[in-house]
Amino acid sequence: MVGGHDFLSQLRRLYLPLVFFVVAMLFPFYWMLITSIKPNRELYSQKIMPLMVHQPTLKHYVDLLWETNFLTWTYNTMLVAVVTTLVSVVIGTMIAYPLARMRFPGAAVVAIGVAATYLVPQPLLFIPMSDIINRLELGNTLSAVMLTYPTLLIPFCAWLLMGYFKSVPRELEEAARIDGASRFKAMTRIVLPLCTPGLLSAGIFSFTLAQNEFLYALIFLAKSEVRTVPIGVVTELIRGDVFYWGQLMAGALLGSVPVALIYSFFVEYYVAGLTAGAVKN
Amino acid sequence: MAVRPASVARPAPVAGRPLSIRRILEREGAFSWLMLAPGVLFLLAFVAYPFFYGIFLSLEDRRVASPGIFVGLANFVSLAHDAVFWQVTRNTFMYVVVTTILKLSGGLGMALVMNQHFRGRNLIRASLLLPFIVPTALSTVAWMWILDPTFSVVNWVLVHAGIIGSGFSWLGNASLAMWSLIVVNTWRGMPFYGITLLAGLQTISPDLYEAAAIDGASVTQRFLYVTLPVIKPVLVIVTMFSVIFTFGDFQLIYALTHGGPANATHVFSTWSFDIGMSAGQLGMGAAVALAILPALAVLIVGLTIYLRRE
Repeated sequence: MVGGHDFLSQLRRLYLPLVFFVVAMLFPFYWMLITSIKPNRELYSQKIMPLMVHQPTLKHYVDLLWETNFLTWTYNTMLVAVVTTLVSVVIGTMIAYPLARMRFPGAAVVAIGVAATYLVPQPLLFIPMSDIINRLELGNTLSAVMLTYPTLLIPFCAWLLMGYFKSVPRELEEAARIDGASRFKAMTRIVLPLCTPGLLSAGIFSFTLAQNEFLYALIFLAKSEVRTVPIGVVTELIRGDVFYWGQLMAGALLGSVPVALIYSFFVEYYVAGLTAGAVKN
Repeated sequence: MAVRPASVARPAPVAGRPLSIRRILEREGAFSWLMLAPGVLFLLAFVAYPFFYGIFLSLEDRRVASPGIFVGLANFVSLAHDAVFWQVTRNTFMYVVVTTILKLSGGLGMALVMNQHFRGRNLIRASLLLPFIVPTALSTVAWMWILDPTFSVVNWVLVHAGIIGSGFSWLGNASLAMWSLIVVNTWRGMPFYGITLLAGLQTISPDLYEAAAIDGASVTQRFLYVTLPVIKPVLVIVTMFSVIFTFGDFQLIYALTHGGPANATHVFSTWSFDIGMSAGQLGMGAAVALAILPALAVLIVGLTIYLRRE
């Protein structure tokens, strides 16, 4: 077994690759952070060593919060993410539950259909979708993305939850039904509470996916007041002049904070969901 | 005919009503379809309908704010004669194939490293997943700055280490731009492979390794004959999912290069966006988007068959 003289092999097999992965995965975030607190004279000089901050400043954050619509975008993003997550988890549950636990005519067709809608990539749908949203006269409203995000989230939630719903033993439900509980009661009182981890996973995933969505928001939200953070940052903070990087990085970092916070609280559920059903990105 | 006296009461409806509604809801079929109806109708209206509407659009010469003219397969025929279309096809396949190889091998390496015992493992696992969970457009913005033509930190390090004389234009040079995209996509997607494969590795019982070691299997043999067969299903499923979603990747490329320089990094999704949205040619844009359908259909059918078999 492993003895003290194996330190070199430990170094080679564990510590060196580990350091490599950690640095490679986290360097861009470090870069985001230090760029956002560097004064412009440090940012735009090729003489100053760029790997650290010499005179940190919060000026970029102040500018971002007071001179751009960043707070509005944050509010829009949160509102859309929360609403679409709730809607998608509820409707995803309503699809997954019968598919996982009931026998009825048409089940196979619905199951295949849900899997297909999960796998159809957005680029196949966005052009016809833009025409549909135009006809519904929803352009430049948050309703446009609230209506379209669930098309990405519901199939995912249904997919993920089916696995959890299948895992609850039938006997538990039958015992409740013998005691007079209706099917609906058996679902809400017995099965769903046992599947809380699955519901949490689905919720956290939907929330991060909704925050990450880009294509529909780009197409449907052309006015600054209705934009979400990713669209606002990419379309408005990247400007013709050179001196915008500090603010841009401040925006990118602040925009990542809500997702990273939620994620850090629920890492285990996130990882469980990740492995239960592969994830759309 | 005997006429019933009016005084004879009809069977009381009260007795039947609770029976019917509750009974119907207790039937599996009725309960299931009532639950399914909202979601299925929604997906029919906003996924199935747009999908088929897209096929219809691709057969039209359709510009924004004007009625379409049916042109049959003319859009596809002109695409087939367009050199840019074939370049976009090559770009897409290169992007998908190279990133998949890198993500798979890197992710497997990450999983094997993380499967050892060391302090702070959960914390490191959580932080390694960050590239995957942070909104892609925002992390891509950080990469834009890392690869900036004038102030690239990569150039700074390479120049100061004496490896190169002057900095590269990472996003301005056609082939470098494609490789830059590949690196950023790999960075973003590798943790997904790493963490799911790690979960697969953790299902392997240590007894298996010990038995193999007693039988004299080398480290490589243990990997090939113990590890790989056990994680193969996870490996296949994760890879196929990732390939399908990489085919549909849009925001990373749009944010980093917009398909440039000179179409060198356009893939189907970004090119279709340019044609359909920026230039307003909805019909042609829809046709470009549909060009990924054959490759995608093969993948999706393959994945479905594999999932059924497992």
